[in-house]
Order: sequence, then structure tokens, then C-alpha cells
Amino acid sequence: MARLSAKLAAIPGLRPVGESSLAGLIGMILGALLLLLYKFNPLLAYESLFAGGFGSLYGWAESLANATPLILTALTFAVGLRGGLFNIGAEGQVYVGALAAVATGLLPVPAALRLIVTLVLALAAGALWGLVPALLKMTRGVHEVISTIMLNWIAYFFAFYLIAHTLSSPLNGSRTIRIPPAARFGVILPGTDLNYGILVSILLALLFYFLLWRTTVGFELRAVGYNPRAAHYAGMDEHSIGHWAFLLGGVSAGLAGAVQLMGRPPSYAILSGIPQLLNLGFDGIGVAMIGRNHPLGILLAAVFFGGLEAGGRTMELVAGVPLEMVRVVEGLILIALAVPELGRFLTYLRHLNPLELLSRQRRRAD
Amino acid sequence: MSSAYLWGLLFFSLHAMVPITLAAVGEVIGETAGLFNIGLEGIMLTAALTGALGATQGGWPLGLLVGLATGLLIGLIFGLISTYAKGDQLIVGIGVNLFALGFVAFGLTLLGSPGFYIVPAASRLPKIHTAVGNLSPLVLVAVILPFLVYWLLNYTQLGLKLKAVGEQPAAADVAGLRVNALRLGATACGAALAGLAGAYLSIDWLGSVTKEISAGRGFIALATVVFAGLNPLLTLLGGIIFGFFDSLATWVANIPGVKEAVPWQMISMLPYVVTLLVVAVIGRVHFPSALGKPYSRE
Repeated sequence: MARLSAKLAAIPGLRPVGESSLAGLIGMILGALLLLLYKFNPLLAYESLFAGGFGSLYGWAESLANATPLILTALTFAVGLRGGLFNIGAEGQVYVGALAAVATGLLPVPAALRLIVTLVLALAAGALWGLVPALLKMTRGVHEVISTIMLNWIAYFFAFYLIAHTLSSPLNGSRTIRIPPAARFGVILPGTDLNYGILVSILLALLFYFLLWRTTVGFELRAVGYNPRAAHYAGMDEHSIGHWAFLLGGVSAGLAGAVQLMGRPPSYAILSGIPQLLNLGFDGIGVAMIGRNHPLGILLAAVFFGGLEAGGRTMELVAGVPLEMVRVVEGLILIALAVPELGRFLTYLRHLNPLELLSRQRRRAD
Repeated sequence: MSSAYLWGLLFFSLHAMVPITLAAVGEVIGETAGLFNIGLEGIMLTAALTGALGATQGGWPLGLLVGLATGLLIGLIFGLISTYAKGDQLIVGIGVNLFALGFVAFGLTLLGSPGFYIVPAASRLPKIHTAVGNLSPLVLVAVILPFLVYWLLNYTQLGLKLKAVGEQPAAADVAGLRVNALRLGATACGAALAGLAGAYLSIDWLGSVTKEISAGRGFIALATVVFAGLNPLLTLLGGIIFGFFDSLATWVANIPGVKEAVPWQMISMLPYVVTLLVVAVIGRVHFPSALGKPYSRE
């Protein structure tokens, strides 16, 4: 038994997975207490939540569809944090990327190139929006938490303006013009929202993994994030590394906005009030934290969050619990995850050898 | 332009200042002691709902009290995790914001009014009637409080202790100060003020609760702290500047002629653009050396 636990400890990545799972469990338990407080049945609620998200092929498809943009916005936050930056600007960069994707529809582009041009313009727009906090930080010392939050709000109202004016659909005042059919991602499973846009997310996650762990820039980025002073003395240029972190983050979030519009049926347009873009950036932060800011962890965590979201609707129908409960649980999971003692608790659990416990009990009984 | 318009602008600015200044002054106390609470927005949002429910049950005094208590409770949880448990303050703060987003929407749905909840007129804070308009008593609180906190931080022993645990926790520890206890107390009191700001939004100024009632004001309060460079008196100025542009947006949007020429979305951007510009102009400010870092004895 002791040998087994030693073996388990040697597997890389098991500890973070364990910590995230434990935080998930604590968040769910606290959520259950809240449900009890409001006289709901937590067992029924959670059962329907998971049945809705992961209990059927349809559920899985919806969960993966929800995960698609979350993977990208989580990458934005993760690449920032790996570089020592607290970039919470994905929210605004998503809006800007989505607006650019819609605006591409106004340009004369050959049908064969439309999909790729739309993606490129969206990621460029996201990157530009992401560079503003980078410049403010490097030149003026403005903390990125403040600048990105302000830029999120500016992008929010800018989106409202463009939806009502420049990009407004002449046919329907409550949405923008549609993404042209040539720039849409096909649906993978008919009748669901799951589309080939998820390939963009997976590809980018792999690309970020390669960039961060297999290139010099990635190494320097992680070094600056891990110990800025040591990185500085090693001759690394924190400013250019910081720009890279914001730039990559902007690219990823810009793509999130584009993919969300180009892939999800049926509207293929931004609706007024931007319901399909709202909070994608903020949810991405949670996904990144639970995925431990690692591209592979993010893929798993995004499917988990996507599943909660998809199952939330089932929970509302079956258990009568408002959909918003899902976000309450997500917040509680994050708070639990911030406690480093959780990790120590896991180590403690590992030392609790069940056989030894048993013999100890027996000894006490004697 | 009639003077009534200008008085209206001034009064609106003063009322818009209150939540920013209250939350910012609270955050100054916490940051002086070394804790950075990014969850102000979530605290305001949660307290807006709980305060409104408290006021509906037992009138405005209970509402304000519940708002304060909500802030205090979340501040204690945030503080405990950030001090004794040595957790990551930014993550806890983000968690608080996410929780609040869900909790308030959840609560509003349970109240049977998804979208918004109107606080009964009888449960709202009474106004001070003046010759030129009605004024909330909390405007006075928000004006006086920064001076009190300024005095507390600069002219009392407690203030000195708070600065010590924010700047040099190790030295403060050696000198016999209880670093974590002081930090916890400071951030909890600060969070209570953010809770008061939230209750003000729902049971006084706006008279209702919506999912987006805080509208980024918690984050603007954080920006105001940067602007103020941790000087409580300057949070008053920061609050007034933001409040002015916030009210200007509403005011301009209602003037015939201007309304048609400038789209409302562009005017609504103003407060955020101005905040960004002000922070950019001020540039780097001095913060306590140990801000944001959990303290542990080596």
C-alpha cells in the first residue's frame, strides 16, 4: 500500500489533478449546503446536472460545444499568469474578436479564403486590444488588472454601438449581419451545437503547450513569471516577454469570439445584448485556474465547466434549481482552490495508510 | 442652460461618488495592511441583494446593517484564506466575483423576479431635503469617512501598525505585532465598507437590485485606490471625478440635440475611458512592499 502511494506520487500531474478534484468536491459540497438552505434537493440537482452534461451523446456534444470558447479564453489567462501577469482582459478581447469576425463579412474576400481570413482578422483584433494593457504597463506602469477591466467595459459599449449601427443587420434590428456561410464551421453532430470550431481550440491549446515548454520564448516567459529577478539577472528582457504574454492572450481570446460566432448555430451573428459572448472571458479564468494554467489541464477543465453549463439547463427543468447556481458552485470551487493547504491535506491523506489505520483501531480496541 | 440642470448634475455626481469612495476607502485600509482584494465588485453585488432583502424585512437600518455584515463576512473569508491559509489573494477575489455573479442572479430568480427586484419605497433610506434637491445621508458619510481614515492611518498607533505589517511584515512580526490578525481585521473592515456601498446602491440610490447593479464600480474603486496612491483623502477626489463622468453620461444622454448627435454607447464609455486615462497619466505609484504576498515566518 505504501509502495502504491509512492508510485502514485511519482506520476507527474497527479497532484494538481488531485488538488483540483478536491477543490471541485468542496465547491460542490458548499453548493449543496446552499441548496439545502433554499430547500432544494441537492442530490436531485447534482444528478440532473451531471446527467444533463455527461449522461448522453447529446449532453457530451453540448458540453464540448460550450468548452470550445472557454478553452481559448482560459489559455489567455494562463499564458499571462505563466508570465507573471494577471491578464483579465479576455472578456473584452472576445468582444473585439467577435466584432472583427462579423466585420470581415463586409469585405470582398474569395469564398475559399473566407474562413481563414475571418479567423486571422479576429485574432489580429484581439491581439491589438490585448496589446493596449501591455503598452500601458510597460510604459506607464499601469497595473494590468485595472487597465484590462476598463478596456473590457470600453469594448462592451463599443460592441453595443457597432451592433446598433455599423454592423446592424438591415433585416433584423436585434442582431448584426450574419457570418457568411463560407466562413462558418460545419456542425459535427447534427441537432447539437458541436462544430468543427473545437478543432481551433484544441489546436491552439497544443500550440500553446509547444510554445511554452518547447521554445526559448516560452522558457523565458515561464522564467519571468516564476522569478522575475532571477530572469532579469539571467539577461531576459521582461518587457518584450510581457508583450508576448499579452499578445498571445489577445490572439487566443480574439479567436474565442470568432469561433463562438462562426461555429454555433443558428444565429451566426451577434445578438443585441451580446448574450452568447457575455462572461466567456471571466469563465475562462475559472477554467484556467482549475486546469492549473496548463494547456492539457485547461482542455479537461473546460469540458467540466462546459458540462456544468449544459447540465444547468437540465437541472433547472428537473430539480427546479435556477441555472445560475452553476456559477455559484464555480465561484466556490475557485475560492477552495486558492487555499494552498488543500495540497497539504492531500499529502496528509496519502500518508494515511488504510491498513495501518485498521491495525491502529484494532490496537485501540485491545 | 438653467441652473436646475447644473444642480442636477452636481447632485447626481455626489450620489455616484458614494459607492466608489466608500469601497475605495475600505480598500485603502486593506491595501495599507498588505491585502489586495479584487473581489470588491462581488462584495458590492452580493451586499446590494442582501441589503435590499434586509431592508424589505426590517426597514433601512437593518438593510444597511445587513449590507455591512455581508461585506464583513466575505471580507473575513477572503482575509482568512489570504492570511492564515496563505492562499492566493487574486484567485480568492476572482472566486468571490464569480460567486456573486451567480448568487445574485440565483437570488433574483428565487424572488420570482428574474432580472430585477424593486425595494419597497418605505424601506428606502430617508433623504435630506434641501432647497435644490434631495440628498442621501450617505453622501455625508462618504465625505467624512476619508478624513477619519486619514486620521486613523496617519495619526494613530493602529495606523502605524497597519502600515508596518503592509511594508515590512517580518520586522513587524519581530516587533511583536500579530501580522495576520492585523491584516485580517483591516481587510474585513474594508470589505464591510464595500458591503455598505452595495447596500447604498440598492436601498438608497437606485432603489432596486439588478444582476449588473454594481456595473464595474468595485473595479473602478480599485482604480481609484491606484489613483489615490493609498491616500484616503484622494479617494474622495477620485470618487468625485468618476461620479462626475458617470452622471455626465446620463445627463448628456438626456439633452435634446446632443442625444441625437452622440450615441449613448459612446457616452457610457466615458467613465471607463477617463479612469484609464487618469491611471495612465499618474503612472507608477508606491504601494506597500508586501502588498499581495502572504506572510510566513521563514
